[in-house]
Amino acid sequence: MALEKITQVTGRGVFVPGDDIDTDRIIPARFMKCVTFDGLGEFAFADAKAAEKAAGRLHPLDDSRFNGATILISGSNFGCGSSREHAPQALYRYGFRAVIAESFAEIFFGNSTTLGIPCVKMSKQDIADLTSLIEKTPSIQVTVDLTESKVTTDDVDFRAEISIPGHAREPLMNGRWDSIADLVDGLDEVKERVAAIPYLSGK
Amino acid sequence: MGKTLLDKVWEEHTVRTLPDGRTQLLIGTHLIHEVTSPQAFGMIRDLGMKVLYPNRTFATVDHIVPTDQRAEPFSDPLADAMVKELRKNCAETGVTFFDLPSGNQGIVHIVGPEQGITQPGTTIACGDSHTSTHGAFGAIAFGIGTSQVRDVLATQTMAIGKPKVRRINVDGKLAPGVYAKDVILHIIRKLGVNGGIGYAYEYGGSTFDSFTQEERMTVCNMSIEGGARVGYVNPDETTFEYLRGRPYSPKGAEWDAAVARWKAVASDKDAVYDDIVNFKAEEILPTVTWGITPGQAIFIDESIPNPDDLPEKDRATAAEAIEHMKLPAGTPAVGIKIDVAFLGSCTNGRLSDLQEVAKHIRGRKVSSQVKAIVVPGSQGVASIAEKMGLAEIFREAGFEWRGAGCSMCLGMNPDKLVGDQLCASSSNRNFKGRQGSPTGRTMLMSPLMVAAAALTGEVSDARKVFGIQ
Repeated sequence: MALEKITQVTGRGVFVPGDDIDTDRIIPARFMKCVTFDGLGEFAFADAKAAEKAAGRLHPLDDSRFNGATILISGSNFGCGSSREHAPQALYRYGFRAVIAESFAEIFFGNSTTLGIPCVKMSKQDIADLTSLIEKTPSIQVTVDLTESKVTTDDVDFRAEISIPGHAREPLMNGRWDSIADLVDGLDEVKERVAAIPYLSGK
Repeated sequence: MGKTLLDKVWEEHTVRTLPDGRTQLLIGTHLIHEVTSPQAFGMIRDLGMKVLYPNRTFATVDHIVPTDQRAEPFSDPLADAMVKELRKNCAETGVTFFDLPSGNQGIVHIVGPEQGITQPGTTIACGDSHTSTHGAFGAIAFGIGTSQVRDVLATQTMAIGKPKVRRINVDGKLAPGVYAKDVILHIIRKLGVNGGIGYAYEYGGSTFDSFTQEERMTVCNMSIEGGARVGYVNPDETTFEYLRGRPYSPKGAEWDAAVARWKAVASDKDAVYDDIVNFKAEEILPTVTWGITPGQAIFIDESIPNPDDLPEKDRATAAEAIEHMKLPAGTPAVGIKIDVAFLGSCTNGRLSDLQEVAKHIRGRKVSSQVKAIVVPGSQGVASIAEKMGLAEIFREAGFEWRGAGCSMCLGMNPDKLVGDQLCASSSNRNFKGRQGSPTGRTMLMSPLMVAAAALTGEVSDARKVFGIQ
């Protein structure tokens, strides 16, 4: 299955501050009463947005200065909690094409990669520097470059190292990020393995 | 050099190494439910594929089923549609469905073990992060996303990197009134909610050796709250006795052969671990969470910490938690007023949880200020509990006795907090909004601590409330 080769993502960034942002926060469970992922985008961070509004503050995703952002930036352990793929699906449908964070929860990371959303780690200091640049100039173009393992911005001298495990980086760059094609290629060996394992072969 | 259980199971289930370096891992047992599977069935239809081994996938409904209204159609048309969708998908593909009328429906992580589907040395995947529960049997069990549910339906495999293994020893005897729930809350508090990223947790030591199978499930269940996608306990006689005679357990000569294999799959004495952490059971006290992550926990005799006293990295989340919980730093755990008490979930909705509470609440009454519900984890649990008279004890004490499901753990069914109600909960997550109200507040604790809070109307030391010494 030929998919887009994702070598870099360029766009405006938005910073959603906080550590341990869980997938319930990204997409509250009540919006998962659905049999397709269509339409989830509008509910991304729904309760967090409402809570900020109630407190007389503005959630970054409601701040018009960051309209059209395609790169989400956050803290550590992003996407922890529930395995719901609805979370990256909602982010993708909202318009995000990459996530930069200090670290990621494992299931969220895998779900995102399978959808072609690179999740890259960057240091706390670099995140602070990048987000203050964005705060000053929201229109700044941020580039997540998987080839060079760097994040850069246009017209300001910002350059930071990022990391992403090879098992995610390579498939994203080769257009093989959705694993189904590779798994199907191994079906003959799957059947051999099933036949060799007593509880599966019934022997 | 010895191998861990994870090494052995991984080796046996490895189909091949994928071009990206991950393993194409055979998933022996696939469990599905109504929330994360419909899109996966849609995807395989779109790809023109079929369910490869329908006899290795088992389904039930748990997340969206109402616990007070069991007759269909449900009053929520979306919930009703999801149950019907799963029923149709199972009928069309030949997947076994523990449906509502079957008498075997329940939370997927309770149904698998009680049916004997969950077995040592197997690989298990389910589109739910609490799949780590099944590791209590010495299975390697993962929570997965919907695209991976598709992968497993279509190929019985998934692409995954092999985790490192951290051995977590807990040795000694838990004091009376301290439970498996306290053990896992304590482990998460100490190792952090992200401490387990990249690791499988292997739990062992004399405390685990003496744990029942259900206690082991409570601990493994919450591995993911510590960041570990997989948590397991090596199988032993306790495991085998639990499985003996269950519907899907091997029978006759096959049983003996299976037990021999199960014994061999346990980690070798000289197994090499990537990390080892030791705890003493005697140091663990009844524990409650005070914040918005399961790691924000304190012993019952402690107070909510001042964020300034915490390590720098924990301060912002602590401040956010204090704002959300509306409980200022310095508030003692004991005495925090509660509105709702929830006893149930895949963490603590098993028969032994209900038995332990029923034993202590007989003749006592729930506070008039508290709405208290008991939700058995499965129809199987409910049926036994009713026969044993437990349901009656709960009802007489003022608890509502409900039908099986995920209920108030996650706010996808009518059981939800309202406004900023504070819930003493035996579930697994205290995230903002988790229990269905964006401003709702959750304090996680053991079932008996939930009961103590229900009776007194405030967070209380169950050992004092029930005279446990």
